[in-house]
Amino acid sequence: MGMPDLSVDQHSHLKRLEAESIRIMREVAAEFSNPVMLYSIGKDSSVMLHLAMKAFYPSKPPFPLLHVDTTWKFREMIAFRDETAKRLGLDIIVHVNEEGVRAGITPFTHGSNYYTHVMKTEGLKQALDKYGFDAAFGGARRDEEKSRAKERIFSFRSANHTWDPKNQRPELWQIYNARVHKGESIRAFPLSNWTELDIWQYILAEGIPIVPLYFAKERPIVERDGMLIMADDERMVLRPDESVRQRLVRFRTLGCYPLTGAVESDAASLAEIVREMLIARTSEREGRLIDHDEAGSMEKKKKEGYF
Amino acid sequence: MNSVPVARDSQAFQRYIAQQEKKSLLRFLTCGSVDDGKSTLIGRLLYETKMIFEDHFSALERDSRKHGTTGEDVDLALLLDGLEAEREQGITIDVAYRFFTTDARKFIVADTPGHEQYTRNMATGASTSDLAVLLVDARNGIVTQTRRHAFIVSLLGIRHIVLAVNKIDLVDFDAARFAAIRDDFLQFSADFGFHSIVAIPLSARYGDNVAERSPRTPWYGGPSLLQHLESVDVTEDLASRPFRMSVQWVNRPDLDFRGFAGTVASGAIRPGDDIVVAQSGVRSKVERIVTYDGDLDVAEAGDAVTLTLADEIDVSRGDVFARSGDRPEVIDQFAAHVVWMHEQPLLPGRSYLLKRGTRTVSAQVTEIRHKIDVNTFQHLAARDLKLNEVAEVHLGLSEAIAIEPYREHRETGSFILIDRYSNATVGAGMVIHGLRRATNVHWQAIDVTRAARAQMKHQLPKLAWFTGLSGSGKSTIANVVEKKLHTLGKHTFLLDGDNVRHGLNRDLGFTDADRVENIRRVGEVAKLMTDAGLIVLVSFISPFRAERQMARDLMKPGDFAEVFVDTPLEVCEARDSKGLYAKARDGLIKNFTGIDSPYEAPEVPEIHIRTTEETIEAAADRVVAWILGRDGADDWVI
Repeated sequence: MGMPDLSVDQHSHLKRLEAESIRIMREVAAEFSNPVMLYSIGKDSSVMLHLAMKAFYPSKPPFPLLHVDTTWKFREMIAFRDETAKRLGLDIIVHVNEEGVRAGITPFTHGSNYYTHVMKTEGLKQALDKYGFDAAFGGARRDEEKSRAKERIFSFRSANHTWDPKNQRPELWQIYNARVHKGESIRAFPLSNWTELDIWQYILAEGIPIVPLYFAKERPIVERDGMLIMADDERMVLRPDESVRQRLVRFRTLGCYPLTGAVESDAASLAEIVREMLIARTSEREGRLIDHDEAGSMEKKKKEGYF
Repeated sequence: MNSVPVARDSQAFQRYIAQQEKKSLLRFLTCGSVDDGKSTLIGRLLYETKMIFEDHFSALERDSRKHGTTGEDVDLALLLDGLEAEREQGITIDVAYRFFTTDARKFIVADTPGHEQYTRNMATGASTSDLAVLLVDARNGIVTQTRRHAFIVSLLGIRHIVLAVNKIDLVDFDAARFAAIRDDFLQFSADFGFHSIVAIPLSARYGDNVAERSPRTPWYGGPSLLQHLESVDVTEDLASRPFRMSVQWVNRPDLDFRGFAGTVASGAIRPGDDIVVAQSGVRSKVERIVTYDGDLDVAEAGDAVTLTLADEIDVSRGDVFARSGDRPEVIDQFAAHVVWMHEQPLLPGRSYLLKRGTRTVSAQVTEIRHKIDVNTFQHLAARDLKLNEVAEVHLGLSEAIAIEPYREHRETGSFILIDRYSNATVGAGMVIHGLRRATNVHWQAIDVTRAARAQMKHQLPKLAWFTGLSGSGKSTIANVVEKKLHTLGKHTFLLDGDNVRHGLNRDLGFTDADRVENIRRVGEVAKLMTDAGLIVLVSFISPFRAERQMARDLMKPGDFAEVFVDTPLEVCEARDSKGLYAKARDGLIKNFTGIDSPYEAPEVPEIHIRTTEETIEAAADRVVAWILGRDGADDWVI
């Protein structure tokens, strides 16, 4: 028996989501003078980039990619990033908050909250200011976290990159208000209406390359504070009662390796991941330490300019 | 709901995945008053469709103990109130989007607040929805809010309604009570153009008739809420409508390829089809429908594509493609319903930006026909429009664009209004119909041109616009400027605020709306005078930036100068040459600029006169120098 047809049906929910994302991207490219796409190397970024290749075909996306490198990403992520930019022939800007590096800020020594603020939020602001971008695409989805559920698709940021959740522009139909004064900017979220399941189904249907860390494999794992942390390089210092064990794990979300928990899984193919997703009952940000810090912590970070 | 085949890589699982990818999408909104249980209902839907993950649920149990209103039970409503402020106040202040999925459909829910002051948010949620779930409390029945919600969703063009009669447990599952509420609703909404209305008795808190039919309402023969949402047909059959596509972006990777990227709004198009650009009327044929996944044989409503044409014709962003036999009206005057969304009121005559599809133009409300009371649907007279008010208005645009009635064409019939200075989205509109006026009143072509008239006078017509507080010295300086120009043999005219208010504008007072109209008229008169070849000096307080911008937009760049006569309020008040400040301070004059009405100073005036630092004579010389060109010699190139 042959395989069932996995191509995306022209009128399915995935095709409608795809068309909506493409429309958003074209609108940004047409309305802004200096847009950029934030590329975080994860599965959502992979989908966003794939959609950008579609939106402007046969042209290349008319904007560069920007990766804010905290210097603590998984090594496989960095390799995948460089490979992807090369494969697609795209410009990628890599920005590191050098002040943070000089100050010796690490996730092990400064706590996840402060570390994220300095290396991610401040790093991002530095890069946006340095290049004067007036619009930045982000891969955030409304289903990820409660405060994101109210985020606009064109989300206004003040000249200080802050978000004012109580004073957002109304957003009707698919008419996006792109007007900003000098220094102000828009964060555009083309994946707003996608769910985690949609993302995986789309990756499966379209055959989009993703970082191998998403697939189950034996990896060197340390159990710390109830999370499975991968010892990705020698900077991971073990506490006295800890040891590294090879365990069959995969990652549902990717960030800085000391802050990203793995899940035990033997899903080694896309179809198996989707299957696991469909029976999963734990939401994906659980794997990220930063949301555990306090209630409403994502909203606080967003107000400060975190994506 | 979601039963996933457990055996991996089985044919059953592959089929399951394939089916998941072919699901359709339903977008709906929920509206209800504060205590109708709207958030609880959505929380219940998420719970019943197993969309609540374990870690969310444990966070919910924590939150319920802290903020919950359901005693020992888990408060499902807390799932939805995303922003901290809302959690504290226990109300929903913004539109939140929620997602759930069943085997049949994916759902996007716009959860919108029900307070009177949040008409804005409801309109926002409705604009992207195909169906509305209106909640009523079975104990209270149809209330004022229900009428408002029904009106707003009908205004936004929603055709499918679910009347969710919630808290049916609190009226002992009374069939008669339910029937009475349903009949009330059917009666008052008869004229709202709804295609389907389904009333369902339910309890969001206990789950009756949410996912499954409840044994506690044996008298109810209809579907559960979820069964209905999974099966309701909301397709508008857009594919059979006339073809429309707004050009979003011109795709030009190299000299050999020129494509027009956009999303098909309605209808369908195939290679070889005739196509016409609505605005210009220029025709061509579709050559290819290009996508990343290969060329298409047909593009239908909802498809994001790139069209290439057989001919090199002039097309740019904002143009609308149609079939040549069915071209949209191209107009600059039309009637529309407007929902106002900003604290600063809408003022007729003020210049806003209007964005329709991918096109942005200058627009003003020429007339508020009437305001509509969203609770009683009564028509009321109005001079301005405040936050959350709805009105039927007439609009005029700076140029004619493709505009069609909203009920027939959502995309060419919907628009937002943007404040020119704050860039805020201040209003949303739905076109009712075009006004024939503009189409019939063509510009009279005149043989003696503006340039010819100016040449006869040996001068270049200019408009110097003096703005500043009452008593700042505007008229004094403008007078000196005019005398100097007169001596040089220039033909001038000085339009002075006080004088014009005695004649042309004697019907206007000092409210914000009247001030806007005052300046609009003076701007138009000044423009006609420059057409006649005159050098025009306007001396008006003109306190609002938007109206000065409007006057500026009437003129060619370089022919208009904003002259800011900058005198501190204390100084004006100390001078008080007409005794007006004293009266204003005593409350004898209302809406006095600088006292109880704002003055918005120019940000970058061409000429900035600080009267405390510069003499009248020196200031006047600077204005004269600008009017005559920098070196004092006339520039003969017009």
